[in-house]
Amino acid sequence: MTALAWLVPVALFLGGLGLAAFMWALRSGQFEDLEGAAYRALEDDPPEQ
Amino acid sequence: MTVHAPITFRAQDAAQVTTEASFKSLTLAVENMHCGGCMRSVERAALGVAGVASARANLSAQRVSVAYDPARTGEPALIEALARAGFPAAPMQWVKPGAEQARQKYLLRRTAVAGFAAMNIMLISVAVWSGAASDMDLALATAFRWLSALIALPTVAYSGQPFFDSALGALKARRLNMDVPISLAILLATAMSLYQTIRGSEQVYFDAAVSLLFLLLVGRFLDETLRVRASSEAQNLLSLQSGMATVIEANGSHRLVPAHALRLGDRLLVAAGERVAADGVVLKGRGQVDQSLITGETMPLTVAAGQEVYAGTLNLTQPLNIEVLAADSATLLAEISRLMLAAEQGKAHYRRLADRAAQVYAPAVHGLGLATFLGWLAIGASWQTALTYAIAVLIITCPCALALAVPAVQIAAASRLFRRRIIVKAADGLERIAETDMVVFDKTGTLTLGRLELLGQDAISGDVLIGAGRLAAASKHPYAKAIVAAAEKRTRAVVPASDVEEVPGLGLKRQLAQGEERLGSAEWCGVHSDGDDSEVWYRRDWMTPVRFRFADSVRTDAAEIAATLKRQGFELALLSGDRQGVVDKVADEVGISTRLAGLRPADKIAWLGAWASEGRKVLMVGDGLNDAPALAAAHASMSPASAADISQRAADFVFQGEKLAPVVEAIATARRARAMALQNFAVAAIYNVVCVPLAMAGFVTPLIAAIVMSTSSILVTANATRLADRGSR
Repeated sequence: MTALAWLVPVALFLGGLGLAAFMWALRSGQFEDLEGAAYRALEDDPPEQ
Repeated sequence: MTVHAPITFRAQDAAQVTTEASFKSLTLAVENMHCGGCMRSVERAALGVAGVASARANLSAQRVSVAYDPARTGEPALIEALARAGFPAAPMQWVKPGAEQARQKYLLRRTAVAGFAAMNIMLISVAVWSGAASDMDLALATAFRWLSALIALPTVAYSGQPFFDSALGALKARRLNMDVPISLAILLATAMSLYQTIRGSEQVYFDAAVSLLFLLLVGRFLDETLRVRASSEAQNLLSLQSGMATVIEANGSHRLVPAHALRLGDRLLVAAGERVAADGVVLKGRGQVDQSLITGETMPLTVAAGQEVYAGTLNLTQPLNIEVLAADSATLLAEISRLMLAAEQGKAHYRRLADRAAQVYAPAVHGLGLATFLGWLAIGASWQTALTYAIAVLIITCPCALALAVPAVQIAAASRLFRRRIIVKAADGLERIAETDMVVFDKTGTLTLGRLELLGQDAISGDVLIGAGRLAAASKHPYAKAIVAAAEKRTRAVVPASDVEEVPGLGLKRQLAQGEERLGSAEWCGVHSDGDDSEVWYRRDWMTPVRFRFADSVRTDAAEIAATLKRQGFELALLSGDRQGVVDKVADEVGISTRLAGLRPADKIAWLGAWASEGRKVLMVGDGLNDAPALAAAHASMSPASAADISQRAADFVFQGEKLAPVVEAIATARRARAMALQNFAVAAIYNVVCVPLAMAGFVTPLIAAIVMSTSSILVTANATRLADRGSR
């Protein structure tokens, strides 16, 4: 049972990491164009400047 | 979107945008952007303009954000570059881009936190439940319950805000809304669970409270997404509709001004082929204008100095100078705006399905909860036990079917319609259109394409038709376009004739070796005719003159759609501002027996009012400025994308394309959506009928509450996804 003493915090930390990643993605606007993002993955080269 | 609006995932872009503070950002609504390829063409076109640092297209929102150097380029250059690439664009107006998404993000952040908490608490709870059946020692179970409390309390405080705020607002106004029982269930369950945890009891509901919160937030988020999407589509339409106007300055120079920035007394130059940007009076020039958007009349009208022209009128033949008249004077537009405002106020009272259900549901839930609490107290249970059972009732009756399933169904329906090029503009439009039992059409531009067609084409010889077509190709006049279209049916490509001279208001001519060739009015061709303005003559010096007549062509599937609607039990009617004879002809062709001609906007509203008082729920389909008040007054309304901007603003749905089929599609989809929402209510009702007595009797443990709630939510959501089709857009 002592394993729980560190397993539970690790589980919570990893979950929290996922939550933080989501919040970052949301803030940086990655959810603003869900349909467009699907097509962008297929682009070979970035649009030239 | 802020200054770094073009969302760049590439480091060098981000650096460019942020280091050069002189860049300005601009968001444009873009038409015709439907695929990944288009998205890239739009970005390429924008980046091709000198001075543009970055461009990022948003396919979902149909917009492009551009960062540019104001010293080197500007809005007009960008719009022109996009138009050349085949994507008409317009700057977003009236909204600060990004403001509309703020609430959506607010909800999404809270949903994410609730989801994280719900998963972790559930994980811990599963251990506790299974431990209760085996050998988990009490200390560990208590520790786990405290851990749950630690996660749940901040989550409830943060993620519960939208519900608490709304419930407080309702209570302050002495009303009950759906958020009152939701807030009560969540707060009571959390407080009670905390109390039980302190006491070391097993009746701990943290998992149920937080997963309830999570599921409800998902529903709330979907609802908001639909609303934002509807309003952003509406904003795009509005921005694309209001064009630019050429203002003549006092010193005679010309300046391009967005139509919404025009002021009273501005003098405008309206070139042939342009739309008049504002209501005004003609100062100089004489020519023909197409008023079909405003009056429903297909035939062009001749205007001269001193006469009024209305915004949305198409100038056909000759440049006109007009002076802008105030919208609050006695113009047609002002009259129409007033009628619309009055009509919209009448409709603001529509209550959505979920709200109506909540009105019945909330008191019932409160009653049951209270009855459980009092009942258990009466038969001698402790107040803790009585309260625990009452909370179980509140959780079991969680209005997930209302709060999650209805938004899920509606967003699936809206996406389905969007792929069929029907834009849902009003969030509650789907519910209202599903209730309609009568469809009223406008004529010009709705049943018809608002485009003239040459009559008796087969009787005209190919030589004459193609000859006239080659001459007509030099003009933008609707008659000329109709002749060219007819000629194109005979020959693959109509080669425009060279050296054609156009005399505005009269016709076209050119000199050939055999003599002169003329196309235009009877007077122009030197023939005597007692016909009206709606005919065109074609004369070659060496042949007898030929007369062309025109009519507005009916949409190809209009008759079929009318028949389908009649078969489905809809009553049909045609309301038009046009003359009786023309209206009868179209009505006969389409197969509509109720027809009313020569109506003014107020008359149309009066008819709609009369039908409404008979208990009919009318779907109005119209496009003209004269239809706008009727669109606002009807129970539900649709406009084609070619409609006047004020009509598109008033309509609940806007459809693209040349067919009328979207009317049937929209009604069918909305009805399916309503049927599914009702199915979901039924599913929820069955759950409640089975589980509420159990909960009241005290048989529901936290475990059962959690399982029942989640399965019912998953079931209703899964049902909703049946509506979405998997095809490409």
